[in-house]
Amino acid sequence: MSKLKLIIQREFIAKVRNKSFIVMTFLSPLITIAMGALVYFLMKKNDEKVKKIVYVDESRLFSKDDFTDSKTVQYVDFSSMGIEETKKRVEAGDYYGALFIPKIDSLEILATSIEFYSKESPGLSIMNSLESKIETKLRNNKLTNLGIDLDKIASSKIKTDIKMFNFSGEESSKLINGLKIGVGAISGYLLMMFVIIYGSSVMRSVIEEKTSRIIEIIVSSVKPFQLMLGKIIGNASAGLLQFLIWGILIFILGTIASSVFGVNMSEMQTSGLSAEQIETAKQVAGADKMQLIVQEIMRLPLLKMFLLFIFYFLGGYMLYSSLFAAVGAAVDNETDTQQFMLPIMLPLILGVYVGFATVINDPHGPISVAFSYIPLTSPIVMLMRVPFGVTWVELAISMTLLVITFVGMVWLAAKIYRVGILMYGKKPTYKDLYKWLKYKG
Amino acid sequence: MNNLLEINNVIKTYGDFTALNNVSLQIPKGSVFGLLGPNGAGKTSLIRIINQITMPDSGTILLDGEPLSPKHIADIGYLPEERGLYKSMKVGEQALYLAQLKGLSKEDAKKRLKYWFEKFDISSWWDKKIEELSKGMAQKVQFIVTVMHQPKLLIFDEPFSGFDPINAQLIAKEILQLRDEGATIIFSTHRMESVEELCDDIALIHKSNKILDGKLIDIKRKFRTNTFEIGITTNNKEQILQVIEEKFEVIPADFKLFGDEFICNVKLTKNQTSNDLLSVLSNHGEVKHFVEKIPSANDIFIEAVSKNN
Repeated sequence: MSKLKLIIQREFIAKVRNKSFIVMTFLSPLITIAMGALVYFLMKKNDEKVKKIVYVDESRLFSKDDFTDSKTVQYVDFSSMGIEETKKRVEAGDYYGALFIPKIDSLEILATSIEFYSKESPGLSIMNSLESKIETKLRNNKLTNLGIDLDKIASSKIKTDIKMFNFSGEESSKLINGLKIGVGAISGYLLMMFVIIYGSSVMRSVIEEKTSRIIEIIVSSVKPFQLMLGKIIGNASAGLLQFLIWGILIFILGTIASSVFGVNMSEMQTSGLSAEQIETAKQVAGADKMQLIVQEIMRLPLLKMFLLFIFYFLGGYMLYSSLFAAVGAAVDNETDTQQFMLPIMLPLILGVYVGFATVINDPHGPISVAFSYIPLTSPIVMLMRVPFGVTWVELAISMTLLVITFVGMVWLAAKIYRVGILMYGKKPTYKDLYKWLKYKG
Repeated sequence: MNNLLEINNVIKTYGDFTALNNVSLQIPKGSVFGLLGPNGAGKTSLIRIINQITMPDSGTILLDGEPLSPKHIADIGYLPEERGLYKSMKVGEQALYLAQLKGLSKEDAKKRLKYWFEKFDISSWWDKKIEELSKGMAQKVQFIVTVMHQPKLLIFDEPFSGFDPINAQLIAKEILQLRDEGATIIFSTHRMESVEELCDDIALIHKSNKILDGKLIDIKRKFRTNTFEIGITTNNKEQILQVIEEKFEVIPADFKLFGDEFICNVKLTKNQTSNDLLSVLSNHGEVKHFVEKIPSANDIFIEAVSKNN
């Protein structure tokens, strides 16, 4: 037992001291956050530059009320100047662009005759916003022409939101369903990534021992099974440490970010009320939505999901890393691993595909349930199902099957491992692997 | 109990291939035992079985009178033919780790490593990584790792490969000293001159079978052919050859003396003694060279293997 501890310790230290581990652990969350911050910063910078758009309205249909300023766009009425002079001013660089509304009686023809001039090609959002402003005005005019009361139209608007319930009394909504899909998909995908990353790290460590030929010395002191198990546990501990560090980093950075973000939101709310009322209303609505999302996320069984993530990570990792270890033992170098890697990767990829294809549409359908029981795919598919509410019975079946399979797989892989680590030269075939399984002692 | 290790009727097969066919060996306590054989003869299979890396299909192995079991791991030190250490691990940490796997406590391991590192004058390597050392330097570390837990049985597979002659001599000296301190040593090699130099007993394995074993000196006696190398100064080489051929069997020779002597090998029959030959020779010239051809380990190896092919 103490030898196993020594091996775990060595593997853990070897993995943790590795430069790529340190970089991945500390740098990748920082890089993610830094990228997010950069995008946020650039977007803000972009928004801060106020664009001035001038309009020349020869139709006399529009008023200043139709062109309300937003935080980023200001509209100026140049109708008195005439379009040719206005164009010159825009070309000189004084203004971002000029909107020309000609005098045409037919609203339909007018709708397709309006022109926009600018030095650089305008952004999609600006064009969308201009088109929607014009469309609203023209439609209202047309409705008035048809003798329809605009107030009645406004008061006839109804917003539908079907509330969904299940029989355990939980209320859900479309929003939370979307969130469940998102959270499930992300955790399933992450799990696949981690299994591959840490599984192949076990494999590389096995190959390293084999190519450096230290393996013969080690196995003259410990049983190959102990070595394999120590390797798997050592690497898993490094993985858990990485999760822990990430968790702490995300918590710290999240707290910092949300406090900064929080200040921003209150700024928006106070300043908003004064000048740009409609814009502010939108912002507030946005903030409400954010709050809603946070509330909905909080209503998900987060602790349960986290614990299940750890369980399925460990289970899936044990299952696959023992296979990775067997592959590492069977070959002499990393380039020879490919033919054996495919059958290992297939069920993992299948798990993700099945998850995306069926769990999202029908989380409790027969295919989803079956794949969340099959141990090779269950870690991924079950994790995707968990946010939708899975009964304890189902979890128990899935978990038990996973544990039984990984114990069996570790046992089987150990047999291949034991023979493979001392075999050099010929690249083994599947037939050879089968033969190794039957070797005694 | 005079034998440290007794191997009785060991059979090991891999699928259809028989690696060891009913091999029995006795390895006397406190001896250097040469385990010889051509490539692929089954030496490594036998060594792995002694190290409990693999198990025999049948047969028993007794270490110090007890059936071999995991508790004996600490009693055995093994230097495999294909050397290797963790390349990116520091020398000191690595040696400590391997010593602890052999069952030493951390404190004991440190103490013994200090002794050996000072003895080999390599204390400054403690914090270096193996990949920073030369091949010969890494071999020294490997040697220390093999012997530091003071095992009763040491197994060296080609211990001199990768060493220059000076370091090879140093290692040979250490091996003999370890024997004098009571360790039993199994020594597997192709370098027959080191067998002559070091081994007390040998066993020869060929095509999975043991074909020869015993004390080196007894085996040499057994392989003795009663052949003598002679060199004699004479004016008439033709005549002297005729005289010898009348009474003895002459075999052409190609050893070198000073140049103008008549040389040949003479094989005596059972009834003839070296004195009979000497008296004939001394009547016909001045005897410059007269020595019995003792078979070298190399000769024995080649003869035994080719006889069994």
